[in-house]
Amino acid sequence: MATLTVPVEKRKKIQEQEALITGAEAIAIACKLANVDVVTAYPIRPYDTVMQYISQLVADGEMDCEYIVAEGEHSQFEIVKHASVCGARVFCGSSGVGWMYAMEALTVSPALRVPMVCMVGNRALDDPGAFGVEHNDALAVRDLGWLLTWVDSAQEALDTALIAYRVAEDQRILVPLAISCDGAFLTHSQGLVKVPTPEQVKKFLPPYNRGNLLLHPDNVISVAPQANEDWVMEIRRQNYAITEITCDVIREVYAEFEEIFGRKYGNPFFEEYMTEDADVVLLGMGTMSTPVKVAIRKLREQGQKVGFVRLRWFRPFAGPEIAKSLERFKAIGVIDRDFSFGSPNLSGVVATEVRSAMYTGAATRPPVLGFICGLGGREVTVPDVETMTEKVFQAAKGKAQPLTQWIGLRS
Amino acid sequence: MGQLFAVEIIYRGVFQKTLAKNITRGIVLAARNQGKLGISFGRYGDSPERNGIPAKSFAIVANDEQTLEAGMAQYEPKQVDVTVVLDDTLCKGAESWAWYGLQPVHHALKPGGTLVVVSLEDKPALLKTIHKREEPYKLGIVKGAASFSGMWVFKDDHTDVRVLGVIAKALPELFSFKSVEDYINDKLKSGLKATSARNAYDRFAAVEVKPGEGNPEKLFNYNLPGWQKMRDGVSIAGQPQGGPYADPVTGNVGGFRPARNELFKKYSTRTMRPVVNFKTCTKCTLCWLNCPDASFDVTPDGTYDVNLESCCGCGVCEQVCPVKDCVSMVNESEFHDNHSQWEAFKKDQDAYLKWLETTIQKAEPIGERAHGFRYRGQYQEEVPEALEIAARG
Repeated sequence: MATLTVPVEKRKKIQEQEALITGAEAIAIACKLANVDVVTAYPIRPYDTVMQYISQLVADGEMDCEYIVAEGEHSQFEIVKHASVCGARVFCGSSGVGWMYAMEALTVSPALRVPMVCMVGNRALDDPGAFGVEHNDALAVRDLGWLLTWVDSAQEALDTALIAYRVAEDQRILVPLAISCDGAFLTHSQGLVKVPTPEQVKKFLPPYNRGNLLLHPDNVISVAPQANEDWVMEIRRQNYAITEITCDVIREVYAEFEEIFGRKYGNPFFEEYMTEDADVVLLGMGTMSTPVKVAIRKLREQGQKVGFVRLRWFRPFAGPEIAKSLERFKAIGVIDRDFSFGSPNLSGVVATEVRSAMYTGAATRPPVLGFICGLGGREVTVPDVETMTEKVFQAAKGKAQPLTQWIGLRS
Repeated sequence: MGQLFAVEIIYRGVFQKTLAKNITRGIVLAARNQGKLGISFGRYGDSPERNGIPAKSFAIVANDEQTLEAGMAQYEPKQVDVTVVLDDTLCKGAESWAWYGLQPVHHALKPGGTLVVVSLEDKPALLKTIHKREEPYKLGIVKGAASFSGMWVFKDDHTDVRVLGVIAKALPELFSFKSVEDYINDKLKSGLKATSARNAYDRFAAVEVKPGEGNPEKLFNYNLPGWQKMRDGVSIAGQPQGGPYADPVTGNVGGFRPARNELFKKYSTRTMRPVVNFKTCTKCTLCWLNCPDASFDVTPDGTYDVNLESCCGCGVCEQVCPVKDCVSMVNESEFHDNHSQWEAFKKDQDAYLKWLETTIQKAEPIGERAHGFRYRGQYQEEVPEALEIAARG
């Protein structure tokens, strides 16, 4: 679990309620608290849990929104795109190939400055009809201007959903944001969550205001007219300008979150676990943090100084900060719950990004091993983590290791 | 570096797209018969699949590979030796879907280069519309109406090979007539087409156009803003609503003129324009309602005046008008400005109605007009006449 500490003096004042809910339910509650105007839905496992919870909230009269069941994911994302341009706070989401089916709408949304907030229940890309977690679905939009974050607990899912609306709807940003929740491990398992009060949320999250980009009879504009080679490069540069400031905006929002809700996330971009005196670290995203942390505690009992870095934000990728943090270790092992066939070193996506960030941002050049693990919903086990740690220590000692290794694979 | 040649074809999408391609292919293949190398391509930024849009095709030819590569190392040739205009109404200038405003047809023509226009008009008539420029050039006419040859269902009127014959005459360094003839015999396998090309070659004569000769109209252009000045979110500000305006004679204010985008006019797409009889107009509103580009102003009189900078000449107004000869589509080559017809009518009714009477005689009866044509079968009927003109030269 993330280190979520509520100072005692603040806890007294806040009338938070504790609830036993899944990651999907936590996001549904965040949508209610954020007073989302338009929700579109189309079922696909594991995302569908969130649409079920929201429809339940609507049916129970707890939430007032336009709840539209589209005829497919493409329409689902198109509808919220248009609603958002017209000034509605929106929510939608999908999983695996459903997310891919929406791809046309996903690709155009960043340039149109659409702050849609989505939940991706991470799922393997079919066929073979697999519905376990893999991160390639959400990662497919990593180059397109989307903001991408991975959470590892129901509490973090709820908090991040609120943060997501603040970041995405910031007038300096206004781009889509996807919150990734590992299928099954987070979407379907219930944890104890502190549910903030509506007053807190009201204080934290101002109404959505897209200024002069609002499509409205009182603000007559034309959105997405024909643009050819005379315009597209400038349009891309405008989106690029957003990426230059996103890290700063995220820092601001987390600081304010901490002040209002009292929960402290520290560095917004990545969580460090037992890294202070570590010789080597593992790095990964999502719910693999649980077995990794358990294994680390076990290994530390045996005197092995290993730590863990859990990446929260993949886009923006806080390259310089990550490189600065990682340069102090003797070796790094990146655990990818994804694949990137044919990539440099045939590594996963995260390992490739980490190596790239370190090439320019790090003062040292420790070995960066890539591990492909836990694909298709397979468990990342404590023994798997022990195996990976052993390999990273070998690399730290200067013993050559393959740059990419598959862990937990039947040979 | 060896010698580099470039020829551009300005044509109307979509009807002349294949014709333009056939000509630029023919240029490369004829030059190939003399051992030269070349490429043929259409400008991608145009929308050549769209009805009437001015578009361009190019042929680039060189003696050796490196010179050809130098010619290809740019999106399109900035300077061409020959410009061919396949529809003389394009002489008013071309505004494609790229944002550069209105360009004269000789925009890319080298000083001293040859402008070839397929037209039934003569030089003085064409120079009323072709814009003047600083550098001299040559103007040659290939007698003929705007051709649709190359469209799947229409018969071949030999415009492609006639233009090739003319290029051999205008730019003998590119290829000889013999190379054109060999290309026609080898690839097109038509003795008749070879004869048409020969006739065009023999009869073509270009005349010098002096600096400053031609249409003095100032072309509208457009400065593209930088990324920091552009509106965000792929959005553009809407036009203001517009409103009533004044009668130029009485000063009465009324009617409604919508605001229009001053930066993107599109009227160079037009090959025929509506001519309106304000006297017989019953104010039924149909032209105004049906115009897909909101090109009609409601005049203070309550009649409908077409804004000729906005109209792209689709002819829907003529189709829906219930009054005989109240809206008539007339070929664009009859006109030399975009002034308001209603203002002319208000200033001198009799003169306007007299002008109207003679002008609309040039309109074809609408009958059963197929889209883009005046009536079904018109083009097939015109082919023998076109061939006869071709034979006469």
